[in-house]
Amino acid sequence: MKTVDTLEIEPQRGLLRFTTAGSVDDGKSTLIGRLLYDSKSIFEDQMDQLEESCRRRGKDEIDLSLLTDGLRAEREQGITIDVAYRYYATPRRKFIIADTPGHIQYTRNMVTGASTANVALILVDARNGVLEQTVRHTYIAWLLNIKHIVFCVNKMDLVDYDKSTFNNIRQELDTLVLKLGVEDAHFIPISAKMGDNVVDPSEKMFWYDGPTLLSLLETIEIEKDWEFTSKRFPVQYVIRPQNDAFHDYRGYAGRISGGVFHKGDEVLVLPSQLKSRIKTIDQYKTSLPEAGFGESVNITLEDDIDISRGDMIVCSENPPLIGQEITMMVCWFNERPLQPRNKYIIRHTSSEAKCVIRQIEYKVNINTLEQENDCQQLKMNDIACISIKTTKPLFFDEYRKNTITGSVILIDEATNETVAAGMII
Amino acid sequence: MSAKITINNQHLNELENEAIYVMREIAAQFEKPVLLFSGGKDSIVLVHLAIKAFYPARIPFPLMHIDTGHNFEETLTFRDELAQEVGAQLIVRKVQDSIDQGRATEEKGINASRNKLQTVTLLDAIEELKFDAAIGGGRRDEEKARAKERFFSHRDEFGQWDPKNQRPELWNIFNGRKNMGEHFRVFPISNWTELDVWQYIMRENIKLPSLYYTHHRKAFNRDGVWLAFAPFMQLKPAEKVVDIDVRCRTIGDITCTGLTLSTANTLEDIVSEIAASRITERGGRYDDKRSEAAMEDRKREGYF
Ligand SMILES: Nc1nc2c(ncn2[C@@H]2O[C@H](COP(=O)(O)OP(=O)(O)O)[C@@H](O)[C@H]2O)c(=O)[nH]1
Repeated sequence: MKTVDTLEIEPQRGLLRFTTAGSVDDGKSTLIGRLLYDSKSIFEDQMDQLEESCRRRGKDEIDLSLLTDGLRAEREQGITIDVAYRYYATPRRKFIIADTPGHIQYTRNMVTGASTANVALILVDARNGVLEQTVRHTYIAWLLNIKHIVFCVNKMDLVDYDKSTFNNIRQELDTLVLKLGVEDAHFIPISAKMGDNVVDPSEKMFWYDGPTLLSLLETIEIEKDWEFTSKRFPVQYVIRPQNDAFHDYRGYAGRISGGVFHKGDEVLVLPSQLKSRIKTIDQYKTSLPEAGFGESVNITLEDDIDISRGDMIVCSENPPLIGQEITMMVCWFNERPLQPRNKYIIRHTSSEAKCVIRQIEYKVNINTLEQENDCQQLKMNDIACISIKTTKPLFFDEYRKNTITGSVILIDEATNETVAAGMII
Repeated sequence: MSAKITINNQHLNELENEAIYVMREIAAQFEKPVLLFSGGKDSIVLVHLAIKAFYPARIPFPLMHIDTGHNFEETLTFRDELAQEVGAQLIVRKVQDSIDQGRATEEKGINASRNKLQTVTLLDAIEELKFDAAIGGGRRDEEKARAKERFFSHRDEFGQWDPKNQRPELWNIFNGRKNMGEHFRVFPISNWTELDVWQYIMRENIKLPSLYYTHHRKAFNRDGVWLAFAPFMQLKPAEKVVDIDVRCRTIGDITCTGLTLSTANTLEDIVSEIAASRITERGGRYDDKRSEAAMEDRKREGYF
């Protein structure tokens, strides 16, 4: 057996989640296959399976796109149909890929994949340049508040690795990025099939002096995207051991959704509006002096206040908005259309209420980015701005300030299906 | 062999925070959850995460083992001790009982396994005991069909999974709403890889059954996979039982758990062995070798 003396895993960068977008046949599956293959994340038995699949389909060469093809229905139809998650790690970082397919239900899938992503990879076919789809994918990534977008201009091998083709596309993309206000955009000429600039630098594109896709993904800084300013702690569950050792313990369990909480901080509890101080921040058997964004902890307070799931512990100097009338962007997911006066269940952090749709303010044409007024209903995959009224007040932030306290889902009470993703504006 | 290992704590912290968040959502959204405990490392990690999620209170749900009757003895001892230590109720449901009641039919032939039959016993137990959420240690990196699983995965009243019609899962808002008779499977360690699990076990110093460490055992080789020998197993003429040094990379039913030839005696050794390995843990599972879509077919019917 091989011995490994030291596994050097540094610097400690944690997880990077990214999503891939592109139209059918732009090469998404091939690109992911290539990333996994060239970064040596494919195991021998997976490779055997892949070779076997390729042989059965009568292919002479290895088709990397088959690696990420998940379910039987897809294998039969040769398309990916939903969101699938892939994992790989390099010595520098661990990656989670939300792999979303490009076909009719694409908007829904891409929104789903993008909701948890730090980075979006958008594929552009070098032969076709910027298409309506490219605009749509960039808009969705921006709408979901993905701060880093990497445009991969793919199939460069089919345009003779031509520099000016790439530069022309890049210029068009620059205009789009500027128009939307994307914070951090990158552009890489690649060939997923041949492997140029994916993991290994391209010799053919000597004129490109930027990083390869993998090294960019390994080094993109996402820590500064975290929400560290306004304290937000939605209470998920109340922990009351009621045993002798912890007779009076009453811990509010939750995951910090904004800011940094310190022992001794003065906090405000919503909806009661009562103030108290943090007595302890507990993580299993340890009491922490402070805890920040993303940490799952128990908070105990100095005062005995009645708090339950759905309540929120926040800082009093910078509280969230509180209200029942809310305007938001939604992406509609269901075959049954959304119409004014329809009622739904709304889930927001750990709280649940009912809501009624008051109005569709406008619909976004996601190919041209124009607003369409006078819209009476939303169909599957539509994106629109709507106003709603909830049965009880929610405590929320704008989605662009805080993606956790600014996001909601709508549920159809009759079917229990998740019918919309909402981003509060 | 002794290896020195640096563990990337930051990503383990993130995975742990996420899994604890999911555990608490389960307790908050369901009336009667149950943790499916197989005795394998993933379910042991689940128990550990549940302890952490609810401390200083006890885990607010029971553990349930679907027992094929074809176990490694060490697994059962370990299971009983762990349940006692944690102070959780342990429910055991036996595949043998399902067979005796005529609910399930034993497979015939040389590769007979009770692995698939567990689905019957599992679904019956969920119905009988009215569980509305079954927590499993499935990970998306394990297998192609699992790669599309949601954290909260809906099952209809027949316990079936419809992979083409799953609820979209956005941000960290989980929709656990359902009708009577339906239930959910929930996978708190969806985003963990095998290596993450081992690194976490090492970091947290989690106790494991001795089977995971290299030991001496009677085994035979079938189609390139080493399997443990047990008296009820049929051998093909060419197959010979030999004494070898092995360890388990996953633990399941004894009939389909592949063994790894190894000298790894400590967690550090195991983590370096996994990190250097070029074969997935499922590669050693005899049950997945049956067809390319074996796992997907079993999962649709209601398997773990
Ligand atoms: N020549 C060339 N073909 C490519 C490249 N990337 C993908 N393809 C081919 O384009 C087709 C569609 O690729 P696939 O990855 O399945 O696209 P998806 O639908 O976006 O997942 C396949 O035949 C690929 O082999 C590339 O960089 N160069």
